[in-house]
Amino acid sequence: MAEEPILFLESVSKRFGAVEALSNVDFDVRAGEVMALVGDNGAGKSTLIKGIAGIYNFDGGQMFWEGQPVKIHGPRDVAALGIEIVYQDLALADNLDVVANMFLGRERVSSFRRLNESEMEKACTETLKSLSVTTVRSVRQAVAELSGGQRQAIAVAKAVMWNSKLVILDEPTAALGVAQTRQVLDLVRRLADRGLAVVIISHNLHDIFEVSDRITVLRLGRRVAVLKSSETTQQEVVHAITAGTLDTVPGMVVQ
Amino acid sequence: MSAADQPTSASETAVSPSISEQVRVRWQRIRAGDVGSLPIILGVLVLVVIFQILNPNFLTPRNFVNLVVQMAGITTIAIGVVFVLLLGEIDLSIGYVSAVAAVFMTLRLRPPGGWPWPLAVATALALVCIIGIGQGMIITRFKLPSFVVTLAGLMVWNGVVLLMIGGAGTVVIQDKTIIGLANFFVPELLGWLVVILGVGLFAVGQIQGWRSRRAQGVASSPMIFMVATIFVVTLVGAAVVFVANEDRGVPFIGIFLVVLLVGFTFLAERTRFGRYVYAIGGNAEAARRAGINVSRIRIYVFMISSLMAGMGGIVLSSRLRSVDTAAGGGDLLLNSIAAAVIGGTSLFGGSGRVISAFLGALVIATVNNGMGLLGLSAGVKFVITGLVLLTAVLVDAITRQGRQARHRLMQSAG
Repeated sequence: MAEEPILFLESVSKRFGAVEALSNVDFDVRAGEVMALVGDNGAGKSTLIKGIAGIYNFDGGQMFWEGQPVKIHGPRDVAALGIEIVYQDLALADNLDVVANMFLGRERVSSFRRLNESEMEKACTETLKSLSVTTVRSVRQAVAELSGGQRQAIAVAKAVMWNSKLVILDEPTAALGVAQTRQVLDLVRRLADRGLAVVIISHNLHDIFEVSDRITVLRLGRRVAVLKSSETTQQEVVHAITAGTLDTVPGMVVQ
Repeated sequence: MSAADQPTSASETAVSPSISEQVRVRWQRIRAGDVGSLPIILGVLVLVVIFQILNPNFLTPRNFVNLVVQMAGITTIAIGVVFVLLLGEIDLSIGYVSAVAAVFMTLRLRPPGGWPWPLAVATALALVCIIGIGQGMIITRFKLPSFVVTLAGLMVWNGVVLLMIGGAGTVVIQDKTIIGLANFFVPELLGWLVVILGVGLFAVGQIQGWRSRRAQGVASSPMIFMVATIFVVTLVGAAVVFVANEDRGVPFIGIFLVVLLVGFTFLAERTRFGRYVYAIGGNAEAARRAGINVSRIRIYVFMISSLMAGMGGIVLSSRLRSVDTAAGGGDLLLNSIAAAVIGGTSLFGGSGRVISAFLGALVIATVNNGMGLLGLSAGVKFVITGLVLLTAVLVDAITRQGRQARHRLMQSAG
């Protein structure tokens, strides 16, 4: 695992009117590690992710990518850096097959601007194979025919295929059964083992302890703890989530 | 027709499967509700048998050629409808937009000082493209339902047609080329040459695609499937030319239709644009996040819809050799939309094929033609066409429910 963080947020803030969704939050993730991001509803997890994704602009603070300060002006800048976000709704077109979904918006074409289907199918099969996603029977199946776990795997594979360096997963196991959760967590672990940085948002502490290296805990828009998964317990994390130490109450800062 | 040329049919399983395996997989898909064009082809066969029993004049070379000419206009318009339905939208303006093109062209051709036909046709089609782009821009820019915007278009273009024709009532087309579009029949030998050329190109395309898949090492169907497909297409092509030559010969408009169908099938299934149309119809949000300019694709689709309507209008006016104040009215709009839906294009977006425009128009033209031969009234025709449409939509809904039930079952089973 690299020592230098690939992504480092220094003291970022975000206000929505009178509500301070994030106040002076530090956050970092390194290549080859799984960083879990936890916190109760309204803790600021989504705001943080949307800030990294370029959907919101942070009001204050600085973002560093591979040690260099960067300015994000939208989702395209983020993709260009090598950051891919897999949202909870997965954003797959059910009526298209696996290959078409994996290449959506980045199709390969041959002469006469024809879609190069065989080349895309080959690349898609190779990506799935390299991630050990073996449960998908045919990459020519419509995504509608896949199970929840398979769909999640396709969404992750799609994010990985573009030489991304950081993959952010928003609640990847929320809608899955036991066996499918198992498959997705294994996949997350393999991403980190390949040297990617992974951020995983989840409410399921059991999943988090199984897959993550470190845990960042947010509470009411502040970072209250960064814990090593191997050196902490579920009780400690729960305590940080629900009663983490705060110096001031956010949103009531007197100007 | 290239109904068997399905992009999904090339590979069903990850490993190269045996022939029996292929047959089994296809049978499973049919049983699972993925019936494709099967019901519609069966439907046409049933209609043909019924009409032939009721009137022996139905299955004659003369009537076959008539049928091709009769269905040409609706097929052309319905190709545009398929694209609009793929987005999950609707375009109600196509009837009168088709009339705008036809009337504009006819007036420009009218001597004295008539324009040469290529200029008149090109200007008319450019005009309807602008109409389509305009309607598309209003729909996307102001986030209005396409139903309402194109309903307004329906009224506006109806009015424009009446204004353009003015007191003339009926304007006759005198240009030989334009009349020939729907009334010219290809000489016997040329008909054979065209079908040989067409089938040859189809075979080359099939073999190239198959070899490219082999070269990439991705799963391909057994060679026998490809050979069988080429054989069937050759047989159908030869049969059409043979039967048509028994009468006046292959109608030029029939060749025109095949070129349109192949061209737009290519656009829908082999290009980025087509892929994006399907993606937007399936999940517009996913398409947007994939970096696709959803609004631009939508506007292009409404342009295609108007363009095909305009072409269809010109074809229809060529067949009638004139335009009048009733142009674009009557059941043209309803038949065009019904054709796309009967052919198997879903009203819910994201599912359908260009060929369904042809298949649906074939059903509607068959019903009209057969009823006409039986001397039945317009009322009976409408009732039957309506019931056919209802059946087609029911088949779509039932197979959709079957697929969803199967999907839920799979998800819960993991």
